[in-house]
Amino acid sequence: MTGTASKEKWHIEEYLRVDRMPHIWCPGCGIGPATSAFIRSVERAGIDPDKIALVSGIGCAGRVAGYVRLDSFHTTHGRAIPFATGLKLGNPSLHVVVFSGDGDLVAIGGNHLIHAARRNVDMTVICVNNFNYGMTGGQLGPTTPLEANTSTSPYGNFDPPFNLPGLVAAAGASYVARWTLVHPRQLEKSMTEALTRPGFNFIEVVAPCPTLYGRLNKLGAGVDELRLYRKRCSIQNGADPSQVAIDLTGPVVVGKFVEKERPTFGERLRGVGEKARQRKK
Amino acid sequence: MNQEAIHEGEFFINGDEACAEGAIAAGCRFFAGYPITPATEVAETMSRRLPQVGGVYVQMEDEIASMNAILGASWAGVKSMTSTSGPGFSLMMENLGLGVMLETPCVLVNIQRAGPSTGLPTLAGQGDIMQARWGSHGVYEIIALVPNSPQEIFDLTITAFNLSEKYRVPTLVMADEVVGHMSEKVVLRRLDPAEIWQRPRPEVPREEYLPYKADKDLIPPMAIAGEGYRFHVTGLTHDERGYPSMTAEAQDRLVRRLVEKIRLNRKDIIRYEEIDVEDAEVIVCAYGIASRVARHAVQMARDEGIRAGLFRLITVWPFAEERIRELAGRVKGFLVPEINYGQIALEVERCACGQAQTVLLPHMGGGVHHPEQILRAIKEIAG
Repeated sequence: MTGTASKEKWHIEEYLRVDRMPHIWCPGCGIGPATSAFIRSVERAGIDPDKIALVSGIGCAGRVAGYVRLDSFHTTHGRAIPFATGLKLGNPSLHVVVFSGDGDLVAIGGNHLIHAARRNVDMTVICVNNFNYGMTGGQLGPTTPLEANTSTSPYGNFDPPFNLPGLVAAAGASYVARWTLVHPRQLEKSMTEALTRPGFNFIEVVAPCPTLYGRLNKLGAGVDELRLYRKRCSIQNGADPSQVAIDLTGPVVVGKFVEKERPTFGERLRGVGEKARQRKK
Repeated sequence: MNQEAIHEGEFFINGDEACAEGAIAAGCRFFAGYPITPATEVAETMSRRLPQVGGVYVQMEDEIASMNAILGASWAGVKSMTSTSGPGFSLMMENLGLGVMLETPCVLVNIQRAGPSTGLPTLAGQGDIMQARWGSHGVYEIIALVPNSPQEIFDLTITAFNLSEKYRVPTLVMADEVVGHMSEKVVLRRLDPAEIWQRPRPEVPREEYLPYKADKDLIPPMAIAGEGYRFHVTGLTHDERGYPSMTAEAQDRLVRRLVEKIRLNRKDIIRYEEIDVEDAEVIVCAYGIASRVARHAVQMARDEGIRAGLFRLITVWPFAEERIRELAGRVKGFLVPEINYGQIALEVERCACGQAQTVLLPHMGGGVHHPEQILRAIKEIAG
């Protein structure tokens, strides 16, 4: 297992609340593998797990907070990012991670997402994108491709989706990557990079939802959906994030799109404190 | 923590500024907010003062984010506050509920203006009193304080932080536009450490810590992020471990405790002031700016030989139920002048249990009652 934590080192109970198993995710769901990749990246990054705070919103991916054995916060729908912002600004020594879904982070939480990217708040946001609202039964969301079938688009979706890397890159994110679950090593590497670098880091994880999105769009079982992504995927590191929108049948461009240095919100805040103290003198 | 930056002495400042100074004196070191009239000066003062004392001011994208950010900061171990007015207060309701559910100490200040909707942004109202009690969905209890002067908003903001830390509940300071914007002499002071309450902290080994295992006082000790407890908290109904538990039994255990930790401690929480109530036949029950007009009217009534008294609420929630019930047995009636169409009047009427009449003197907002109006109403009750 080159590049990943070896089997001997893998102590699942160090990172997972095994007393909460079995989890609620469906067979073939992509959230579990995304969580595994995250846990391996924590080990690989060499971060003290006591210093990680993981925040989730609501929905299937929102349940990640409940399964990781870290200080973890299962908050309200869409609000993980501002909650995480308070945590990070309250204790800058924490590694703050937001782990949630596309509906949570981009629809109801979309405003918080772009503003956190604009500020370049030090945090890693992992967005599991399964193209629909799973927890409530497969409704269309802000990432559902046009013409896709969902439980609220019975005639095909007519509500155009966001291209997530383009959105967060335009808002100012300093690190933007997208992988699918057929890229577990690249995903783990991106997560490791994000955990160990400053600024607002965003990783989109394209994941199957065989129970709902997959079934309603006749994509087969979870593994069939993965095969489909493998066929449709094109690795293009450094691609222009504004050009990587996902549609129903076209290529799924994956890769590390943005990695840049920008003063972080924490650095700017420290500057304010210094100015305030100097002006008082 | 940078004590010399805490102001001491007499200042001529407005209520919003006094509120911010009270927060800083109480140890608040994190403020997240969004500009809104007439609460903006609280945020402005915090933006200037917090960096001086080593704290963080951040202006969020909206009031929903502000409320969440103060919850996050509290879980990072920092005393935190936000301030707003009507429209922003409505946006904060969602995550006020999260604060209640996670048992997160924090302070939310509402400088009330007249509503509904955008209403009269620059003019006074007291229309959010029931929203303070019932505004978030579900079953819960809250603490809300109602200052009637710049000095009192300084003092009660400190009290709000103390009650919030002690009972692990978001605590509301429900001032109004007049109190927020009037300038008066305010005595600012540094607090003795003994005057500052800190949240209960875990005393068990980390592996034995259960985030929602309450002591006899129904308040669970609170770990903070980054200390190695590796705790989980959730807005879902949860058990002592903090794990989701989707049963009516778990709901009963949790919600009953969330309510009773406030109700059983109400004697410690409830605050009021009584003026001339001993022999009164008419008691004016008022709060906030309306209580200052009422006090004048009660004096006018006394000058005319009418036995009137003032019962001034300092906490509206939990409500001073027992005391109103006691007083109801000895008076002809209660008069409730408030800048809404009847909110606290409903509580007074409920607690009076038919022993005395309750008369509402409403004001729709945008100003305050005239003392003569209140005097006339006192006379009508006195007969």
